[in-house]
Amino acid sequence: MFKKNMAPRRTQHVGAGPSTEQSYIYKVVLLGSTAVGKSSIAFRYVKNDFRESVPTMGCSFFTQLVCLETATIKLEIWDTAGQEKYHSVCHLYYREANAALLVYDIARKGTFARAKLWLRELEKEFLPDELVIVLVGNKTDLAAEREVTFEEAEEFAKSKSLIYMETSAKSNHQVTEVFMAIAHALLKQEQQKEPALRPQPWKKSRVDLQEPSNQTKKCCVN
Amino acid sequence: MAADIHKKKGWEVPNGSLVPADGQPTERSESPTPGLAQGMEPGAGQEGAMFVHTRSYEDLTSPEDGDVVSRSSEEGRGDQADQTSIEQISKDFSELSTQLTGMALDLEEEMRPSQEDKMDLSLQTARRDSARSEKEDEDVTMETWRMHQKHVFVLSEAGKPVYSRYGSEEALSSTMGVMMALVSFLEAEKNAIRSIHADGYKVVFVRRSPLVLVAMARTRQSEQEIAHELLYIYYQILSLLTWTQLNHIFQQKQNYDLRRLLAGSERITDNLLDLMARDPSFLMGAARCLPMAAGLRDTVSTCLQQAKAKSLVFSILLSRNQLVSLVRRKDQFLHPIDLHLLFNLISSSSSFREGEAWTPICLPKFNSSGFFHAHISYLEQDMDLCLLLVSTDREDFFTVSDCKRRFQERLRKRGVSHALQEALRTPFYSVSQVGIPDLRHFIYKSKSSGLFTSPEIEAPYVSEEEKQRLLELYQYLHSRAHNSSRPLKNIYFTGPSENLLAWVTSAFELYVCYSPLGTKAAAVSAVNKLMKWIRREEDQLFILTPQTY
Ligand SMILES: Nc1nc2c(ncn2[C@@H]2O[C@H](COP(=O)(O)OP(=O)(O)O)[C@@H](O)[C@H]2O)c(=O)[nH]1
Ligand SMILES: [Mg+2]
Repeated sequence: MFKKNMAPRRTQHVGAGPSTEQSYIYKVVLLGSTAVGKSSIAFRYVKNDFRESVPTMGCSFFTQLVCLETATIKLEIWDTAGQEKYHSVCHLYYREANAALLVYDIARKGTFARAKLWLRELEKEFLPDELVIVLVGNKTDLAAEREVTFEEAEEFAKSKSLIYMETSAKSNHQVTEVFMAIAHALLKQEQQKEPALRPQPWKKSRVDLQEPSNQTKKCCVN
Repeated sequence: MAADIHKKKGWEVPNGSLVPADGQPTERSESPTPGLAQGMEPGAGQEGAMFVHTRSYEDLTSPEDGDVVSRSSEEGRGDQADQTSIEQISKDFSELSTQLTGMALDLEEEMRPSQEDKMDLSLQTARRDSARSEKEDEDVTMETWRMHQKHVFVLSEAGKPVYSRYGSEEALSSTMGVMMALVSFLEAEKNAIRSIHADGYKVVFVRRSPLVLVAMARTRQSEQEIAHELLYIYYQILSLLTWTQLNHIFQQKQNYDLRRLLAGSERITDNLLDLMARDPSFLMGAARCLPMAAGLRDTVSTCLQQAKAKSLVFSILLSRNQLVSLVRRKDQFLHPIDLHLLFNLISSSSSFREGEAWTPICLPKFNSSGFFHAHISYLEQDMDLCLLLVSTDREDFFTVSDCKRRFQERLRKRGVSHALQEALRTPFYSVSQVGIPDLRHFIYKSKSSGLFTSPEIEAPYVSEEEKQRLLELYQYLHSRAHNSSRPLKNIYFTGPSENLLAWVTSAFELYVCYSPLGTKAAAVSAVNKLMKWIRREEDQLFILTPQTY
């Protein structure tokens, strides 16, 4: 299950965190209807900025380092187009995800229903503990046009054990917090696991020339 | 620059034969002549081309079958035919030249080269018919038609709207109905182009089953050129869906609403139409190179070549629709149309500026049945340098992403980043560098390399309208030079605002704009000087040594 997610896909060296800490790479995907603000949330988080965005083509990939007290986490963020023509391609992107943001627009009820459908699709693909899911109600700045109440969404999230947060990419409300919540949840999930089941921290999942012992420690993931 | 390495003898080819004299097949001439063989002209690659060889403009639009219906005669008529068309063109041109200067366009009065395959229907009548039931739509439609130079619609063969350049498809659906009626009326031949002249407009239909594309234009473009643009729109749609998927969809459900699938990509088509109206790349069927020192370009190309991966087919470095470098798999050639579609995709979306994009894309001229996967990213935050890596494997994101990293690392190690940045700061050169006083602007295309060069458009073409007018003049010359029934190899015109010259040979195409004060003799001698200049500067203006993995 989780192990395969940490397959050493590439040899790029990520060297930011102190070597005494644990370091992890997690794949995070943004899912939801078109125009709910997925790309804007990613842009806000990675660039701390907002601008009128254009529909995403295919997929966009960002990375962001999160330094927590006990570990350094590299989030690989996949922003998908969510357009129908890419549907066949889309599931590839969430296939090995560790966390998903299910985004809807609080001012468009239909997008909330769509988020529920996405959830059902994820439930087919993942075991309950495999994936950290955050339900994100975006565009809180449009409160006057709200169609989905906080309570309604919160209750739904609770029933499905999802984390629930509301954001505004435009007015920079709670966007970083969403990703921090994901990082903490992933780490918590990590610590709850049996040591034997733990994924290889990235430090050990690739060849490190400074650490000769690593060369003998074969990675037997997948 | 090192002009002296190019010996003079090369162009002294007997009798204008296309084959260079024995013993000096690779000699590069200093100034090309009409007899110059393809591959010897300035800008021709020294080690093969990067693109599918497109011999002529017609090749671009005729992939499988007769795109252009009105091919009533073979190329190259007798002198007499040339003579009459020269006169007609002369009249045409001066009309065009004055009218584009500001007078109202009136296409009704325009000379029409041939009457075959055209119908002089009154579209007014047709429109009235359609508006009988939908009164309010009429106004929207009329207004739109009045306001815009070129309206473009795409519809399915079942008459369902797919795309409309201006205004909502719903508002125009009655018009679509009329168009469908016309299309079925004209439908004798599939994949044919038909056109109607009416009401000051040219209405051009291109049918590419399961789609029908329609343009309503008041521009001076020929039907062929308008059809050429419509085909670009068709290919643009294929690039998002693939031909296979498109056909499959309509086989399953004839009246499928394709807008659902294309949602979010309308702006790519909008952008393509805008781009075609101002960027001569599409007219020339060629790519423009960013001018830079040959040594720098070679280094960059080598870095790009070395950052390869198994699944990569093309690595393309570009800056604002100008090509910096292109590396390809040894046996694979890119088609200029596919490259233009890629350029358009990139220029239509600011979202590629952040992060790394990984998007399925079909290159319809290369293979219309499947998707490639394009890795798109900008190299530096504030630099207009975009790297496009085309892979065959959708699972290969991380490998391809690593190619980008390796490429950047090599650039740094070779210490060319700074020089590259400098080159990007001067993406255009001034025509004054050529040193010909009456010369205002030119477009030179090397046919064998599929590349063209052109200086910055300068005064008096300052306003957008003036720039547009210059391009329209080139379009006009181009259409005359490539007229399928009466192609002309040499055209010279004097107009009130400028003089123009076109020279089309098997090896190159040259379009030159002079001030209106010069003489024909001066223009002709300027061409020789210009060609020598291009030859001297060719290693900066073109990619002479394209690389393969
Ligand atoms: N008012 C408001 N608009 C937003 C917000 N986030 C995104 N948008 C707008 O919603 C539209 C779609 O955003 P985009 O990020 O492209 O959505 P995506 O299709 O889910 O990636 C754009 O016009 C954004 O400017 C937000 O928090 N508040
Ligand atoms: Mg998006």
